[in-house]
Order: sequence, then C-alpha cells, then structure tokens
Amino acid sequence: MISAEEFTDQLVAEFEEVEPGTVFPDTNYREIKNWSSMYALIIIAFVDANFDVQLNADDLKNTQTVRDLYNIVAEKAKA
Amino acid sequence: MSVVSVHSISLRGIAAAVPVLTYSNLEYGHIEMPERELFIKTTGIRERRVAGKHQSTSDLCYEPAVQLMNKLGWEKESIDAVIVVTQSPDYFIPGSAVILQNRLGLNKSCLAFDINLGCSGYVYGLYVLGNLLSSGQLKRGLLLVGDKSTVSTAYTDKSAYPLFGDAGSATALEYDPSAGTMYFNMGSDGSGKDAINIEHGGSRNGIDETTFQLMEIEPGIAREKRHLKLDGVGIFNFALREVAPNIRGLYEAAGQTLENTDFFVFHQANRLINESVRKKLKITDTRKVLYSLEKYGNTSSASIPLTMITEAAEALASGELRLCLCGFGVGFSWGSVLLHTKSIVCLPLIELP
Repeated sequence: MISAEEFTDQLVAEFEEVEPGTVFPDTNYREIKNWSSMYALIIIAFVDANFDVQLNADDLKNTQTVRDLYNIVAEKAKA
Repeated sequence: MSVVSVHSISLRGIAAAVPVLTYSNLEYGHIEMPERELFIKTTGIRERRVAGKHQSTSDLCYEPAVQLMNKLGWEKESIDAVIVVTQSPDYFIPGSAVILQNRLGLNKSCLAFDINLGCSGYVYGLYVLGNLLSSGQLKRGLLLVGDKSTVSTAYTDKSAYPLFGDAGSATALEYDPSAGTMYFNMGSDGSGKDAINIEHGGSRNGIDETTFQLMEIEPGIAREKRHLKLDGVGIFNFALREVAPNIRGLYEAAGQTLENTDFFVFHQANRLINESVRKKLKITDTRKVLYSLEKYGNTSSASIPLTMITEAAEALASGELRLCLCGFGVGFSWGSVLLHTKSIVCLPLIELP
C-alpha cells in the first residue's frame, strides 16, 4: 500500500479542476473548491480501479479527511 | 441464473427515434457553471432529447416500428408478437404493447404484452422475444423498447434531471433455423429497489397530500414523491460489483473471448461507470466500446439500440459482426448477451417534432 501522501496526490490528479499542492492528507475533502457529489463518484472510481476496493455510501458518510479515506482503503485492501 | 442460449433467431433490423427538442446540460440553470462543466466531463452527458407533452412512450416507438417494417418489407399481417419494454407506459393500464398492436394495424392473433424493466430491459426483451419465436411456431416479432424518463424527473433535482433523455426503438427478430446461437447471462437483486425509485403513485403508497409536495433532500436536490429518485453512489457500486463479472461469466460459458468481439454496446449510464466497466474487463481498444450518451444522455432501455444505430450503423449494415450487449440498472436488474449479426437493416435516427 502506498503512503497517505501518495494516495492524496494520486486522488487529486483525478480531480482535474483542483490545483496540485492544495490538498493534503488532513484536508477535509468536502471542502475542496467547487466540491460536488460528482467528486464522490470520482473517488469511488479511483479507489476501485487502483486498489480493487469498493467504497460504499457509509464509508463516505463516515469520513472527513483524505486520510480517513486512505485508512478505510488500506483496511479493506488488506482484507 | 447460469448462462442460457437461444437458437434459430435472426436479428433483422433496428430503428430508433428521439424527440427533436434538445436540452443542453451546459444551460442547466439549477446548478452553477463549474458544477455543470464537471457534470458534463464526468458523466459525458452534454445534451439530451426531451419529449413534449404531446409525445408518449408509444409515440416514440411507433414511428421506428412503422419505418422498420416498411424497410424490411414485413407485412402487418406477418407479425406474430409485439413486446414493449418500458417503465413509462402511456397509461397504468392497459399496457403499451396492446395499444401499439392496434395502432400498427397488427393482427388480433398477435401476442402483445409489456415488460416492466429499465436499463437492463433490452437484453431481457431479446431473450423473451427470442424464446417466443425460437420454436418456429411464431415467426416474426417486434421488440419495442423505450422510455419517456423525463416525465418523472424534477428540474430541481441535480442528481437525476440532467442524466436522462427520451427515446424509443424497434428491433425486428425472425425465426431462422440457420441463425447462430445467442448467449445470455442475466441477474436480479431487488435489495436495490430503493436506489432508483418512484415512491408514489403505485399500490404501495398511492397518492396523498405529500405526493406533489416539493421537498428538499439536500442542497441542490429537491423533488416530489411522484418524481424519480436516484442514489448515484449505490448505483455506481452495484455496477462495479455486478457488471464485469456477469460479462466475464457469459464469455466463459459461451466459450468465446473478448478479443473476438467487434463491438461492446453497454447501457449508456454515464461515462464514469461505463469506463470503469471497460477497464475492469481490460478492453484496451476503446473504439470497440460505443458511446452515444454525449448526445442523448441515459435513455433507459432504449440506450443499447439507439447507440447501435447512431454509432455503428455502417458496420451493422454492411457485414457480419460479433456483439456483446449489456444492460444494467433499476431493480437492480442486469443482463448481457453475445450475438452475431449479419448485414442488418439499420435505419437512420428518426427525429420526432
């Protein structure tokens, strides 16, 4: 599993409208500029394609920061 | 269900119709411009066709049916069965297939009934009609597939309104002992019934004082209980979970390989979902995976035939093709089919004023 920092950088690369270097592991991802529900789908697609892990609605509901997401993905990837 | 086959059925032709009225999602004023642009980029849906008050689902299927019969030289009297697949029938009762039997001037001896399925419905329709005809007792059938989805979406619901377009289609199937085998793999999971749902109007909840009451669910999402609700995350996860394994299972049982398939025509859900499925299946030649959703949006059960005629008409008309079609969505319900076409009639897209 990659580090939380690498995870964050790779995820942000999927958000084409977001400038690199503006989002960190401890950023609340819902506070990313112009956040919309589309980003949730982009996160799910990114995690599925790269880690073969599925994030459900509760996973998203229960997370605030990118690191929270990372922890869930790391946990599920182990299982 | 395991993989099943249907024999002695030839797909002779396809026609499809959309309303001429075009809505651009770039002009969807309910959300701000950056969100509109992100929506278009992510879903791939730039424009949609929207039926007017004067256009019903059977209207959208009638014209393709008439033109297809004419082009094939099929006499009205030669049609033995007509099936309509829709979730936006003209009326609660009677079914739309019976209405179209009469309007198309088909015999009274013609079998006519509806199938209540959405995004998966084209594949199910091919299976049911194919089975009806495969013994050779009935020879010719019309599969009429379409939805006026926009009748039940709320302008104030950004999670549903900009996704859907209206369309109707007609597919001609005929008994033909020399035709190749079609392989089907289908599934259902009603635990997803709430993911795409119209709560009010049916026998569960009927109609009451809240049916027409606009309620805010979350910012940007307000609708009435007569409107369609759509849980984007739930649907996406369903598609990621079920679609690729279903298609892999189909190929395995049929003893075929993805490499030998000429075109993959998936239900036009949205680009992010369909691309995820493509990548899971490791289909690297993107030209083989057809898209029409940029121009027509998610057209429910009509999306597969609509995409076939708008994106691959020349290839379908001029030679033999191996196709993989796959529908998935509301229910949840899903299904895929492998079939072989041979110079079929492909009418140009009909635009209805």
